[in-house]
Amino acid sequence: MTKSEEYDDIPGTIVFDADRSRQGYHLNMFCISLREQKNRDAFKADADAYLDKFPMTAEQRQAVLDQEWNLMLELGGNIYYTSKLAAFHGINFQELAGIMTGMGSTDYRAMMLAGGRSIEGNRNKKEWEDK
Amino acid sequence: MAWISSGVGCSHVPALGVAVDQKITNDDYYGPIFKGFEYSKKWMEQEKPDVVFLVYNDHCTAFDASCIPTFALGCAAEYQPADEGWGPRPVPVVKGNQRLSSHIAQSLILDEFDMTIMNEMEVDHGLTVPLSMMYGTPDEWPCQVIPLAVNVVQYPAPTGNRCYNLGKAIRRAIDSYDEDLKVCIFGTGGMSHQLQHERAGLINPDFDTKFLNYIANDPVTGSQMKHVEYLREAGSEGIELVMWYVMRGALNDEVTEKHRFYHVPASNTAVGHIILENHAEGKA
Ligand SMILES: [Fe+2]
Repeated sequence: MTKSEEYDDIPGTIVFDADRSRQGYHLNMFCISLREQKNRDAFKADADAYLDKFPMTAEQRQAVLDQEWNLMLELGGNIYYTSKLAAFHGINFQELAGIMTGMGSTDYRAMMLAGGRSIEGNRNKKEWEDK
Repeated sequence: MAWISSGVGCSHVPALGVAVDQKITNDDYYGPIFKGFEYSKKWMEQEKPDVVFLVYNDHCTAFDASCIPTFALGCAAEYQPADEGWGPRPVPVVKGNQRLSSHIAQSLILDEFDMTIMNEMEVDHGLTVPLSMMYGTPDEWPCQVIPLAVNVVQYPAPTGNRCYNLGKAIRRAIDSYDEDLKVCIFGTGGMSHQLQHERAGLINPDFDTKFLNYIANDPVTGSQMKHVEYLREAGSEGIELVMWYVMRGALNDEVTEKHRFYHVPASNTAVGHIILENHAEGKA
């Protein structure tokens, strides 16, 4: 990132802008490739060989292997892409949210049923630092 | 002449499509949501548009990171429901209207809205879920559909103002079409939701209510809302809501609100829905 944007102050949120899109291009193209069965089979058969086809950074590659979902977003991944990798691992959107928020599926689902995460206290990074 | 009779705002949460496909729309979780659309299905039966102009976003299905058009207009004879990783939804093929699409594309570009023209395109839940919500489960969709895919995945999405003005240009295009066709325009996506990182699960009913009020009664003011306000207040994926302004821009300044519905949650998302009718002078 070369300049700080107003939206960088939103806590727990990675806005997928042009800089991040450029940074995450090969990571995202890897993830979206898993929409096809033959690619899922190839990745399953030999993860290293399959990942070699996508010139992502060593850090991105490690985040993929370690299933570090938040880190992938911080390294330029976008949720609509990384969710395809999650699906490959049998993790659905709500379970993925449970992991990314650190709450776990049960608590996350309960929060959603109770009306979701409130906007109060979640508008800017300062509010999170104060917690 | 063709004319726009009405507009529909509608969330396109994928889980709602799954509920329809698995026939669990009456259970405790989904029942209250589908109840909110009972009026809408009856209204749709009476409204009977010949064409639905459907504004939605593609979720890395027809477009991946290699190609990101801001506005992509469907000009195909038909659109296949896409396989988003779990097999295509078991819904009818979406039939287009190529002659009307070509007319709109040409009119928009001469009106200085530079569309990407899609002569082939698969459509994902963003397009098929609103059809399911409004029409249920027919063997064939009872209308032709013209899809307009808007980029809201990579920041920045087009501004609310741009969307609103595009809606006005779509209105001019449809009003100048030489065949008698009744058109209903859909704006889809939203409401507040965030799918990613530590703030996932954000829902903001106050924002959503304010947004629905703007859409119904004061779209010019609402269309000036900045992206950062959507991102902060409605969540990173709540930015989808700008697409509703395309729908609103295509309607008269004054409309009649026929129906409104709001519910939390569907999966990770707040569900919002509105039906707006043009007054009689909307018929050209
Ligand atoms: Fe969407």
